[in-house]
Amino acid sequence: MTLLTHDDSVAPAGGGDASSLLEPTSGRRGDSVFKIVALAAGLVVLGILALIAISTTREAWPAFQQEGFGFITSSTWVPADGKFGALAFIYGTILSSFIALVLAVPVSLGIALYANEAAPRRLRKPVVYVMDLLAAIPSVVYGLWGIIVLAPAIQPVYKAISGAVGDIPVLGWFFNGDSGRSYMTAGIILAIMITPIITSLSREVIATVPSAQREAAYGMGATRWEMIRAAVLPWSRGGIVGSVMLGLGRAMGETIAVALVIGSQSQITAHLFEAGDSMAAVIVNQFGEASGIHRSALIGLGVVLFGVTIIVNVSARGIVSRFDRRSQGA
Amino acid sequence: MTDLISPDVEQLLFDATTSRSRRIKNRLASIWMLGALVVAVIPLALVIGYVLFKGIGQLSVAWFTEDLPAVTRKAGGGMGPAVVGTLLITLGAAVMAIPLGILGAIYLHEYGAKGRTARLIRFMADVMTGVPSIVMGLFVYTVWTLTFGLNGFGGSLALGCLMLPIIIRTTEEMLRLVPDELRQASYALGNRKWRTITTVVLPASFGGITSGVMIAIARAAGETAPLVFTIGAARNLNLNIFEGPMTALSVQIFGNAQTPFDAAQSRAWGAALTLVAIVFAMTILARVVSSMVARRHAA
Amino acid sequence: MSPEIAAPNAEVVAPTTAPVSEAPSVVFDVRELDVYYGEFRAVRDVNLQVLQHEITAFIGPSGCGKSTVLRCFDRMNDLIESARVDGKILYHGIDLYDPRIDPVEVRKRIGMVFQKPNPFPKSIYDNIAFGPRLSGNKGNLDDIVEHALRRAALWDEVKDRLKKSAMGLSGGQQQRLCIARAIAVEPEVILMDEPCSALDPIATARIEDLMQELKSDYTIIIVTHNMQQAARVSDRTAFFTTEVNSESDTRTGVLVEFDSTDKIFSAPADERTENYVTGRFG
Repeated sequence: MTLLTHDDSVAPAGGGDASSLLEPTSGRRGDSVFKIVALAAGLVVLGILALIAISTTREAWPAFQQEGFGFITSSTWVPADGKFGALAFIYGTILSSFIALVLAVPVSLGIALYANEAAPRRLRKPVVYVMDLLAAIPSVVYGLWGIIVLAPAIQPVYKAISGAVGDIPVLGWFFNGDSGRSYMTAGIILAIMITPIITSLSREVIATVPSAQREAAYGMGATRWEMIRAAVLPWSRGGIVGSVMLGLGRAMGETIAVALVIGSQSQITAHLFEAGDSMAAVIVNQFGEASGIHRSALIGLGVVLFGVTIIVNVSARGIVSRFDRRSQGA
Repeated sequence: MTDLISPDVEQLLFDATTSRSRRIKNRLASIWMLGALVVAVIPLALVIGYVLFKGIGQLSVAWFTEDLPAVTRKAGGGMGPAVVGTLLITLGAAVMAIPLGILGAIYLHEYGAKGRTARLIRFMADVMTGVPSIVMGLFVYTVWTLTFGLNGFGGSLALGCLMLPIIIRTTEEMLRLVPDELRQASYALGNRKWRTITTVVLPASFGGITSGVMIAIARAAGETAPLVFTIGAARNLNLNIFEGPMTALSVQIFGNAQTPFDAAQSRAWGAALTLVAIVFAMTILARVVSSMVARRHAA
Repeated sequence: MSPEIAAPNAEVVAPTTAPVSEAPSVVFDVRELDVYYGEFRAVRDVNLQVLQHEITAFIGPSGCGKSTVLRCFDRMNDLIESARVDGKILYHGIDLYDPRIDPVEVRKRIGMVFQKPNPFPKSIYDNIAFGPRLSGNKGNLDDIVEHALRRAALWDEVKDRLKKSAMGLSGGQQQRLCIARAIAVEPEVILMDEPCSALDPIATARIEDLMQELKSDYTIIIVTHNMQQAARVSDRTAFFTTEVNSESDTRTGVLVEFDSTDKIFSAPADERTENYVTGRFG
């Protein structure tokens, strides 16, 4: 490394020797190493997702091969005879999730609006705390409460409703049956569980409504409800739909609470107060004693569940981002 | 607008200028909103109430120290192995998921930013938060349990997969909150990027990251489905998560809830109380930490 | 960054205005400097010299590239992906953008104070000790901390609360803390990017006094949009302005005039300079 020549007519001052800058330093490699390590950590996510898809499909393949499309179109599930048609469980998953949405969405939306629009300032934080606590309760505890407390207590209610409207057309098609452990009970427990998610996500979206919009509505003499309909809801519609779909995804994947209260009957019926089954519940209830192709079939149910919840999730996020005015810079 | 007029005048104006039907609709809406809150609080109160009421009688020193009874329909024994199991398995999951999650978030925010890889990882992490926990359990069953048998570590792997995307996303949010000026100040002093991250950015976001991690741990501790396939069932204390089956509080609740025996059900309530206490403690602690951090930064 | 690849220049140009007997040495020799962001040329044709133990001010209307040029001196522009430099900045005769040079080492000799005070959310002590600790200095930092704080005229105000958070200080105190933090690594040069624009007049005056004290030990380059400040504190002034590029409808910064402060403010050579300093525009 050559020393540089300075113009010596100028007095060399402190720091005048800058030539040491040209010496190689040891620290530069640290940055590339760190970056690679961090990147590797991020790639683990991709790796795991890919592995999930590959390994579960591989284990489930024997069942898929045997049943073909019948796996999801047939409702005959009799492991002893080697028959694995999951339709009844797909139906049960959808029905219980649907009930959960019907019950949870009005409640969640109401709470979200209350927290943002109507609550006095002092109550806003406590509302968020309550939602946090609701979300923190493990699903197995909800299931325990459901099977020991709710199911026996609600069964007479089902019986009464069923007795009252069971013979009336339309109403009687649905509100029939008298099993404490049923689609309806599962739907209720699921509704309790997904309310915090929908509420907190909706609340976030609603909070981004610009006050200019609110003030415009009030300025025209609107009541609070009219302001909400005119300014808040249109703005947050996309985000709310997205959060509802995320709640749906969560409901469909919920296993333990549903397994405890849905009744474990392999049937398809529109009677809400009768027992049924869901994909996740079947997996967890039958796995312990299953072997061979039965086990593959259960894993196959997991694959179907994986695919369905991913589709719901991705669509939900797509909707949220497409309607997210924030990111559009509106 | 509502601040500008005194409440009484406002009410007078409102009554005088708004038609009856509009007022009624507004009233109904207000009832709906407040009612929704009440409807949500009722099940919360009921569940916590029952858990407290039915579970408290179970708790004792013996409860935490004794092994599970051999005969489930009789009373006696304790949940010692289950408490230890929950703690050890969750700890194992945390040890794996926390460093990976924080490093991944560092990549996303400090290096990848808007690049294609970063966007893909971010998207996939979001997708991963929606994967049902039972699918995680099945996944770990196929890649670990089939080869290495039933043990606590399988449970840790499954719970770790559940925690990882949560930690990545919340940590990234916290890193985003660190003002860029701090990084600039660090570089201007002759600090390298990786050391800037470790000496400035991480300490500045520490509180928020801790809070997010604790929420992830609380969620994992309460999970049942992933453990059912991977840890087996043990009655006695097993401190080795790599060898032999273990049990956990969540699994115990699930098993005992399905039996018709009173003694077993009582054990389930006791276990539920223990589990809820652990989970609530972590959730509340997480909130406390994050509000402490918020207050310090405002100082 | 793709700096001009050439062997470090062997000759140093002597300053043009000072008499040879007490010629202060040239710290920076900027030749034909252009700064690009991608394809866009933000600043063009900058030629000037920064002399040791002087305060050199960059003035001009907003958007004329003063901060961009300033950030070339400690290679902070490297942090921006698309930034690129053409021409040369010689630091004691060495091309600052020589590919062999590690920007991190540059920044240890050339420190920077920013427009908005940006202390770390750590204690006052840890803020000052941060730089020395980077160099692996694990010894007794108390002396270094005290020295830096004294030099920055902050010691008396904080000596009893060194372990308290720096975030509790006022704006002016925080900025002096940032100066102390920069001083603690013993740089040769301190770059200041509009250091007083976020401060009230009293705090500003204190920092201007501080600059005058500091120049005996350091070389200071300051960017300021406050003309009077430049006239008050600096020895030499560079006036920048913008040129509009009619085809691309963009503005490029250009150095108009560089001379001793007295001359710039009393008898500027260029009409544009005169218009600016007499307040006719900008």
